[in-house]
Amino acid sequence: MTEAMTSGTIVRRRLIFLAPLVAFGVLAGYFIWGLNPDRHPHDLPSAMIDRPVPEFSLPTIEGMAGLGLSADDLRTGEVTLVNFFASWCVPCRLEHRYLLELAKDDKVRLYGVNYKNEPAEARAWLTGLGNPYGRIGADSTGRVGIDWGVYGVPETYIIDRTGRIRYRQLGPIDQKALDETIRPMIRKLSQ
Amino acid sequence: MRMWLLALTLWLVGLSPAWAVLPSEMLDDPVLEARARALSQDIRCLVCQNEPIDSSNADLAHDLRVLVRERLVAGDSDDQVKSYLVARYGDFVLFNPPMKPETYLLWFGPALLVLLGGGGVVAYYARRRRNPAAGPAPLSTDERQRLERALADTDAAEPRAR
Repeated sequence: MTEAMTSGTIVRRRLIFLAPLVAFGVLAGYFIWGLNPDRHPHDLPSAMIDRPVPEFSLPTIEGMAGLGLSADDLRTGEVTLVNFFASWCVPCRLEHRYLLELAKDDKVRLYGVNYKNEPAEARAWLTGLGNPYGRIGADSTGRVGIDWGVYGVPETYIIDRTGRIRYRQLGPIDQKALDETIRPMIRKLSQ
Repeated sequence: MRMWLLALTLWLVGLSPAWAVLPSEMLDDPVLEARARALSQDIRCLVCQNEPIDSSNADLAHDLRVLVRERLVAGDSDDQVKSYLVARYGDFVLFNPPMKPETYLLWFGPALLVLLGGGGVVAYYARRRRNPAAGPAPLSTDERQRLERALADTDAAEPRAR
């Protein structure tokens, strides 16, 4: 056995002592990834991104003045936010003020889909908290929600000018989502 | 004693699977209903995420169970029902992900890992068999002499009973 080979074997043997360190590094990496407070493992990517809005046509909430909502209303060449909401949904209450802000200050076209809600309760909700929606479709069976791939309320979709779904916000809109994602996205799509 | 029996019975009742499928959802046609049941065991409830819609009590799971049955009654094949849901919710809605380039790693990853590990083991033993003496380099003459001297010293200091 030559001298060079022997020292090579020894170096290789020594490398084994690094294995625990490497293993720890890998584990620590996973922990850092897993403990990230911004990671929501339940959030699923939407299968509808970049696809045209599904065909639907919904009347507005029973007993309410105002317009219903259909797929045609989302293909009129304007960027639109479509917000799925319900009066029984607690996080919807949290995001409501941001929706009002978006509709009033940003002059964004905001339409709502009232998801599986009693008309009387939906009306009371909108009267009490304010109505940010230009149009509302009442999805009493939740079928339109399924066509959009909705799996819980609130969910908010950004539709581009050609009527394609470009973004989905899962859960309530907060200041961060508004400033970092939704407003920049609207700005980009409106250009 | 009677209390214990009652407790045991209640516990056993709790163990039996809780069927989420409501009688009102079931189809009259037993063949279609059986297909619906089989299908809904492979469809994920998007709310609970680790439960099939067949056993989930979530509202959305109920809606999806009804939807699956409606599609079957309308004459859809099992695959058509699945692709209807995949179009809306993505592959995640299926418990058995489809075979396609994006899922190759998922399907073949475990086999690949076994091959890699097994290959390593085979290579290790093959090398050992080929070169059984592989180990520390043999002692040089000088080292052997020092070892013998050291052993002789120890034997002289502590004579052993033989």
